[in-house]
Amino acid sequence: MKKKSFPRGVHPAEYKTRTRDHAIETIAPPEKVIIPLHQHFGGPAAALVKKGDEIYMGQKIGEAKSLFSANVHSSVSGKVLAVDGFQHPLGKPIPAVTIANDGEDRLFPETQGHEDPFALTPDAIRTLVREAGIVGMGGAAFPTAVKLTPPKDKPIDTIIINGCECEPVLTADYRIMLEYPEEIIKGAELVRIATGADRIIIGVEDNKTDAYTLFQTKSKGWPIEVSLLKTKYPQGAEKNLISALLKREVPRGGLPFDVGIVVQNVGTAKAIWDAAAHGTPLMARVLTVSGSGIAEPKNLMARIGTPFQHAIDFCGGLKEGTNMLVMGGPMMGLAQWTTAVPIIKGTSGILAWKEAEFVQEFNCIRCGRCVDHCPMGLVPTQLMKLVKYEQLESAESWGVLDCVECGCCQYSCPAKIPLVHWIRLGKNQVSSLKRKKSS
Amino acid sequence: MMTDPRYLIKSSPHFSDKDSVPKIMYTVILSLIPAVLASLYYFRLQALLLYLFSLAACLATEAVFLKARKKPLHSLWDGSAIITALLLAMTLPPSLSLELVVIGAVVSIALGKHVFGGLGNNIFNPALVGRAFLQIAFPVSMTTWAPPLGKIPVDLATYATPLGKLKFEDAVAQGSLSSIQDLFWGNVGGCIGETSALALLIGAAFLLYRRAIDWRIPAGVLGTLALFTGIFWLAGPDKNASPLFHILAGGVIIGAFFMATDMVTSPISPLGSWIYAVGIGLLVGVIRLLGGFPEGVMFSILFMNAFVPLLNRYTRPRILGERRSQ
Repeated sequence: MKKKSFPRGVHPAEYKTRTRDHAIETIAPPEKVIIPLHQHFGGPAAALVKKGDEIYMGQKIGEAKSLFSANVHSSVSGKVLAVDGFQHPLGKPIPAVTIANDGEDRLFPETQGHEDPFALTPDAIRTLVREAGIVGMGGAAFPTAVKLTPPKDKPIDTIIINGCECEPVLTADYRIMLEYPEEIIKGAELVRIATGADRIIIGVEDNKTDAYTLFQTKSKGWPIEVSLLKTKYPQGAEKNLISALLKREVPRGGLPFDVGIVVQNVGTAKAIWDAAAHGTPLMARVLTVSGSGIAEPKNLMARIGTPFQHAIDFCGGLKEGTNMLVMGGPMMGLAQWTTAVPIIKGTSGILAWKEAEFVQEFNCIRCGRCVDHCPMGLVPTQLMKLVKYEQLESAESWGVLDCVECGCCQYSCPAKIPLVHWIRLGKNQVSSLKRKKSS
Repeated sequence: MMTDPRYLIKSSPHFSDKDSVPKIMYTVILSLIPAVLASLYYFRLQALLLYLFSLAACLATEAVFLKARKKPLHSLWDGSAIITALLLAMTLPPSLSLELVVIGAVVSIALGKHVFGGLGNNIFNPALVGRAFLQIAFPVSMTTWAPPLGKIPVDLATYATPLGKLKFEDAVAQGSLSSIQDLFWGNVGGCIGETSALALLIGAAFLLYRRAIDWRIPAGVLGTLALFTGIFWLAGPDKNASPLFHILAGGVIIGAFFMATDMVTSPISPLGSWIYAVGIGLLVGVIRLLGGFPEGVMFSILFMNAFVPLLNRYTRPRILGERRSQ
C-alpha cells in the first residue's frame, strides 16, 4: 500500500508504547475546578457568573463576545468561589471561574440533544457548535464554528479528519479513534453537512494501523475515504497534511478554505457529535499523562478545569528527580512551572520528565539541517540571524510569518540553537510592526 | 499562589536529535584517519612532524584567540581546530620546514577563522587560507616535493608531482605519466595527505554513511571535472590526461570530500550546493588545463567559498504555498 507523506520533516523517537494500550480512564473531578475564560485562539469569553452563584454542570459561564472566541461551560455543578485571575498554562494569570464541586454533577436542565442531527441545517450545526464552545482539540484550540463557516466565494469539497497524532509520546487521539470511531465518523459527517463538502478523508499515520483498519470497517456506507500516512512529524500539521493527502498547497498566509478544505481533529469531530446528539458542551477531554517523570502513564478523560496536580496524582504522582513539566506534546508543548494550572480545552497531554537539562549551545555551523527538515521550506538559521540582528523586514521577506513553530529545525540542529524561540520572537515583532504600519 | 521553582522552563521543542557540533567534528576527524595513516606510511617522520607542529600551533592559536575574545575555553575541544590542523598539514609538501607549518597554522586559525568571529562565521575554509598564505609567501618551499617511500628519484630537487609532470614535462606524450595504480594507492609525490585516493575514499564513504557531508558537493565537483577534462581528453588523447587521472591526481579527492564540504563555508540550500560544486569542478579543470599552474583545487574552493553568501541569498528554497512565477 502506498503511504502518503509530505517533503522534509523529522521522525523523533515515539515513546508511545507507554500508554498506547491503556484504555481511556475517566478521572473523577476534584473538589475544586478552575475554568479559565480564555482557553482558545482569539478573544477571551466574558464571565456570566459571579462569586456565590450556584451553577449546573454544562452551564455556560463565559460567553464569546466576538467571532474569534468561544463559550466556556462549567464542568461540574456547585458554587462559584471566585471569578479572578488564576495561573494559566500559557504562563500568566488569566481570568478564571473557580467552582466548588458539589459532587452531584447536576446537568444544566436545558441541555438537550437532537434526535436526528443529520437533519440539521448547516446554520443550525454551526450554531450548536458555537454554543457548545467547541474548539480545535489537537492543541491549537481554534474556534471550530469559524472553521465551519467558509466564505461564500470559497466552496469546500473535502473534509479532512486529522488522526495523525504526529507528536511523540501522545496517544490520546489514538485511544479516541479506537474507542469512539462511530462518534468521530458521525461528527465528521456533520462537518461535511455544515460546509457543503462532497467527501471526507480520514488520515491516520502508519504507526496506528489498527485505528486505520477500524475506520475502514466502520466507514462503510459513509462518503468517507480512509488514508494511511507515513509516520513522520509534523504529518498532522494542517498545511502539510493537506499537501500529503491531496497534493494541494495552501497559499502563503492563506487558510485551508483557499484550497477547498476544512481540517478537523478526531477529538473535535467527537465533540461535535456529542454536542449535536446529546447537547453536551465541551467540558471534558481526553489527554495523555506520560513521560519519564510520571509513575503510571495513562490516557485520561478529564473535566476541563481539573488541576494538573490532580491528574498527575491519579497517575501515581511524580517520580523523584522530575524537573520538567509540559502541556501538550514534546515538539510543540508549553513548559509549565507549576502543577496548579488547570487542564484546558487544548490540553492534549501533560508530560513530566526527570533530569531534564539545558543543552550547551554552539555557534551555527551552517550545516543546513534546519533547511533539510523544515516542512514549510524555510531557512530557519537565516531567520534566526535576521531576528537576532533585528533585520525585521528581511525576516519577513524570508518568510518568518510562514513558520508553524513545529520545531523540526531545532530538533535537528546539531548546534542546539533555540531556533523556534528566535523565530517566534521574530513573528511577534514582524506582526506588531505590520499592525503599526497599517494603523 | 502555589509556585514551584524547581521546574525547568524552556521553549519548545523539548526533544532534540542526538547529533551535535562536536560529534560532527569528531566524525570528520575520524574520517581523516585512513589518509593520515597513509601519509605516515609514505612520508614517515616528516609527515608526523608536520601533523604535530600543525596541531600544536592551531590549538595554541585557537586558545589565545578564545581567551582574547573572552569565549569559553572548552570550545578548544569542539574539534574544529583539530580538523583545520589536520587538513592544513595534509595539504603541505613533505619537505616543508617546520617553522612554515607553524606560520600556516597561525594564519589558518587567526585570519581564516577568528577575525570573522570564530567557528561558524568564517567565509573561507581556514586550512586553505593558511595554505594559500604559504603558497603566496613561500612559493618555492611550497612547490618542492620529496618522493614517497620506495620511489628513488634521480634528482631530489626536481622530483615532480603527477600534475607537475603533466603540466611541465608533457608527460602524456613522453609516456611518463604516473600510473592510475600509483595514484590510487598514493605512491606518488605530492602533499602528504592528498596522495592516497584509496585512504581518502575510505574516509569519504564513512562521512557519506554518517551523513556528515552533503553528497551533492563531491558529486558536483567530480562530475564537472570529469566532464570538462573528458572533453579535452577525447579531443586530444595524445596530450591530455584522462578524467580518471585528473580525479585521482593532486588534491581533487581531499578537496571534494573534505574541504569543499566544510559546512561553514559551503551553501545551505541544495540548489546552492550544486552551483557551488559545479563551479569548483569547472575552475579546477580550467586552471589545470588552460591556466599556468599544474594544480587549482585550493584556489577553486577559496574562490567559490566567496560566492557562498550570495548563493545562500539567491537560492532560497520555495516556501510551501509560495508562487514564484508572478
